[in-house]
Amino acid sequence: MIPLGHYLIVSAILFAIGTAGVFLRRNLITILLSVEIMLNAVNLTFVAFGRAHGTVDGQIITFFVMTVAAAEAAVGLAIVIGLFRHRESLNPDAFTALKW
Amino acid sequence: MPDTILFYLLAGVAIVASTLVIGQRNPMYSIMLLIASFGALSGLYIQLDAPFVAMAQIIVYAGAIMVLFLFVVMLLNAPQEDAAEWDRTHPMRRPGFARVGALLAGLLIVQLAWALIRFNGFGAAVGERGDAAAIGSVGAVGHVLFTDYVFAFEATSVLILVAMVGAVVLARREGDR
Repeated sequence: MIPLGHYLIVSAILFAIGTAGVFLRRNLITILLSVEIMLNAVNLTFVAFGRAHGTVDGQIITFFVMTVAAAEAAVGLAIVIGLFRHRESLNPDAFTALKW
Repeated sequence: MPDTILFYLLAGVAIVASTLVIGQRNPMYSIMLLIASFGALSGLYIQLDAPFVAMAQIIVYAGAIMVLFLFVVMLLNAPQEDAAEWDRTHPMRRPGFARVGALLAGLLIVQLAWALIRFNGFGAAVGERGDAAAIGSVGAVGHVLFTDYVFAFEATSVLILVAMVGAVVLARREGDR
């Protein structure tokens, strides 16, 4: 059997990749995708811990995380569309003013 | 042994695809690679006796959420990162700051590795406790979801409603009140 730690390592690597994407990318859509990678890394941790403890609770929390991710994607992309209409750009540095 | 090989294969695909996601300039390719990463993760969920989560991952994430992203990318028709103009004007665009971001991500890896080293149950095999058939069944998941977590489940429906209304309000054009 695969040790629990290996799942946690995979999850940690994926989370770090997601963080790097949020820091390094200059495109709002890619930044939202990086957030999705981070959410998935956390999901993997939940399911692995749930399996290691022999309960289904990890899977249930994953279900809620997916719901939140769907809501986040819907609202986030609506904001991206709104911002793009104003500036014709997806670069986060283009949106430095709160009002224009 | 085939289990172990499959685990490393799926984990490798997930990590490589995720790395490529943040390495692309064109968000369209990023989305396609992220779908591959989600597919590999769903294989890992099946290995963890969580077929319900694996299917939800494919249907909700790779299906619904990624299609939403694809729609927006196609709708906006702005595939490339427009670096040139803001590159010169904004101080945050200079390479030094990108390196600070990379450094912070590296620091996060170190911190996570530290937490993993300190973690006691590191070598414990995942599948030892509990009955795989009982944990893996959708019935068991549904039973816990609708008894112990029923309030959270109902709150989720409100969350979805709020997100839906919010998305409609935010994406509406200024003119049509």
